[in-house]
Amino acid sequence: MTDAVDAFVAGFIVLSAVVGVVTYVTLLERKFAARMQSRIGPYRVGPHGLLQPIADALKLLMKEDIVPRLADRVVYNLAPIVFLIPGMLIFATIPFAPGLGVADLNIGILFFLAVSAMEIVGLFMAGWGSNNKYALLSAMRAVNQIISYDLPFIFTALVPVLLAGSLRLSDIATAQAGLWFVFYPVIGQLAFAAFIITTLAAENRVPFDILEAESELVAGFRVEYSGMKFALIQLGEYAHMVGTSFLGALLFLGAWAGPGPAWLGPVWFLLKAMGVFLLVTWVRWSFVRIRVDQILAISWKLLLPLSLLLLMATALVVVLRSGPGV
Amino acid sequence: MDPEARKVIEMGYGGAERLTMNMGPQHPSAHGVFRAILTLQGETVVGMDAVIGYLHRCHEKLGETLTYTQYPSIASKTDYVAAMSSELAYVRAAELLGKIEVPKRAQYLRVLVGELQRIASHCVWLGTWCMDMGGALGGGATVFLYCIREREMVLDLFEALVGARLLYGFHQVGGTRYDLPAGWVQTCRETVDFIDRRIGEWEDMLEDNDFFLARARGVGVISRELAQEIGISGPLIRASGVNYDIRRAEPYSSYEDFDFKVPVETAGDCYARYRVRMVEFRESSKIVRQVLDGLPAGPISSRPGVKSVGQVRIPKGEAYARVEGPRGEVGCYLVADGSAKPYRMKWRGASFSNLAVLPHIIPGHKVADVVAIMGSVDPVFGEVDR
Amino acid sequence: MLIQDRLGAPAGGEERALVVTVPAAQWRELAGFAKETLGCRYLSFLSAVDWKEEGLEVMARVENLDDNVSLTVKTRLGPGESHCQSLVAVYRGADWMERECYDMFGIRFDGHPDLRRILLPQDWEGHPLLKSYAVDTPHPPYR
Repeated sequence: MTDAVDAFVAGFIVLSAVVGVVTYVTLLERKFAARMQSRIGPYRVGPHGLLQPIADALKLLMKEDIVPRLADRVVYNLAPIVFLIPGMLIFATIPFAPGLGVADLNIGILFFLAVSAMEIVGLFMAGWGSNNKYALLSAMRAVNQIISYDLPFIFTALVPVLLAGSLRLSDIATAQAGLWFVFYPVIGQLAFAAFIITTLAAENRVPFDILEAESELVAGFRVEYSGMKFALIQLGEYAHMVGTSFLGALLFLGAWAGPGPAWLGPVWFLLKAMGVFLLVTWVRWSFVRIRVDQILAISWKLLLPLSLLLLMATALVVVLRSGPGV
Repeated sequence: MDPEARKVIEMGYGGAERLTMNMGPQHPSAHGVFRAILTLQGETVVGMDAVIGYLHRCHEKLGETLTYTQYPSIASKTDYVAAMSSELAYVRAAELLGKIEVPKRAQYLRVLVGELQRIASHCVWLGTWCMDMGGALGGGATVFLYCIREREMVLDLFEALVGARLLYGFHQVGGTRYDLPAGWVQTCRETVDFIDRRIGEWEDMLEDNDFFLARARGVGVISRELAQEIGISGPLIRASGVNYDIRRAEPYSSYEDFDFKVPVETAGDCYARYRVRMVEFRESSKIVRQVLDGLPAGPISSRPGVKSVGQVRIPKGEAYARVEGPRGEVGCYLVADGSAKPYRMKWRGASFSNLAVLPHIIPGHKVADVVAIMGSVDPVFGEVDR
Repeated sequence: MLIQDRLGAPAGGEERALVVTVPAAQWRELAGFAKETLGCRYLSFLSAVDWKEEGLEVMARVENLDDNVSLTVKTRLGPGESHCQSLVAVYRGADWMERECYDMFGIRFDGHPDLRRILLPQDWEGHPLLKSYAVDTPHPPYR
């Protein structure tokens, strides 16, 4: 009984923290993008615009909730929730410090990858349920893209797994105590670069945001959503993004490793995750979107073979280093 | 529906079904109000019907009801992104008909504002085109904001000169309405130098970017023959390998005095159009510097100040005047009957002809290319619909 | 000159900006001749002028960009006549321009593949650029 209560409390704390972080990540991105474009960004609400995310949330809460007359109501209403839940669930397996996390599963990384791919269900439901041609096209593109990019995404995420010899996320983190995997000769850098690229695609960020594609498909799968449902979709998207940034920091950047006392660990982890996030944002605000056929070509012709090769090379290195007879 | 029939339809799906998708008139990359009815097969466009006219104000009828002194300021509302060149087309037609001399200084001033306008207009084009390709929430928006920032500087110059930022009323029959204010020349030189440097930065940002090249190269190819038959002009036809620039073919306003290059590309795709315009940026600033160096003194108009709107009378006859606007051949065909108003005014908008090429080149491309091609055509709907 | 030999119509205008007027029956023939023989492949614009009781005049301006020669071709349709041959088969760009002419003047271009209104709504009444279309009387319903 107490286990259940503990888990509930831990889950609640993490969930609240995630929602808080995700809300403020939007402000971070807006400020960052603004500076890139020689603007100032949100500045009016609170000091330096610090209350802007709250104002946005309030505004979205008060907006009218529109359901298109011809929409498939059940699917349409359910989609934002189905979209949001995987985005939140992925935080369950992430250890924020040694022993600090909701559930440190022994197959943590597989759970993470499986759940984060579930996002596509909500996305497709939104696209289909809206009964809108833009949304439909976007949903089709989404399926295409997820199928093509989840494979290389998983393969690159497996490189640190091989290096650490464990599927448990906390083991992967501790395995980097000596050397962060991003500094592992050749393999580390290649895997990190491939990870960032596939992350962009898995998160539907520019230059791979063909499913949102507001210049051609207006807003893609969420074109018909308004008010709180739109907010939920947005929240799910950013939660997914932040979750993947945490994963990247964990897999390659040594998670909570950093100078200072042990209690600074989570802070370091957050900083690294934000670093990954800003890297993704930097790419987003400097590239143009690429076409659907080109995206598929990049995935199948380049990323998939490369990530497979990388995985095999890593396996070879691990076997050679640990010596014969293992 | 009968369950059996539904089953037949569902089972018999062969993948060749077509989807009709309506883009616009309210669409983020409609560049105003443009509606394209696309027939899609999967992601590929197989048919396109363009619907225009949402911004129609019947300028040609309006031209018949306004006098030669009234209309020039309305003319700027056709191509509102390049108001200076549209005004000039009308004024030139009236001057050709009435055989009105224009003082040298006024001619130079016309060239000056025309080229500055070209820079401003190309800034808008580059920004919006990148936004079409990169999205308003991506790298495109970054380029857009950079371009708009530089365009502001040109608009500031126009504001100091005319007092208006978008629609000027600078030209009038016989000359120009305003002369350069004090200190303007120096500011103009600095602005042009500054923008020249910035153009280099944009080029670095875009041309070293493989994704940009992948989106622009080989997309939306307009052949030489098609380009001529449709009558496209400006950077579009020069990107298709036709060396046609009215500033060269029929020099007006003393363009023969200036040394500039007319860029020609042969590929005919979006990237070629981009290259042509990027070179034009630099050529325009070159011309601006030459004008500032050689600006003659003297009057700015051969006619006294306007006292009544019916003052300018043009003898019976007809004339066609064309100028090279940022988007191409802006033409005005006037038929005069000897009164203070034209009998008939035909406005040849460059964007109208340029846009007419879309249904010929878009089929076969992907949906994402539709907006990229449309952006590379650079339509201004005030001029398409008139 | 060449045009006169072929079509029996004298060419006027200046050296580099020729003007030819032909009967309406020779309209397409003249355009084909201009394109093929004179090399005027560039269609600048096609439009019309309403000469009230003398009828409509259709005109087009084509150019030979290589030699920098322009040719303005004109034809009178005659009083009350509103049919004209279409040039779409010769110049593909005539498509939209003839639609605009139909829209504004009500000229029916025979042989045009898709003659619809282009700038005004499909259910608009009247053709605004005709001189009989009064500019100051309101046309109900207001649109």
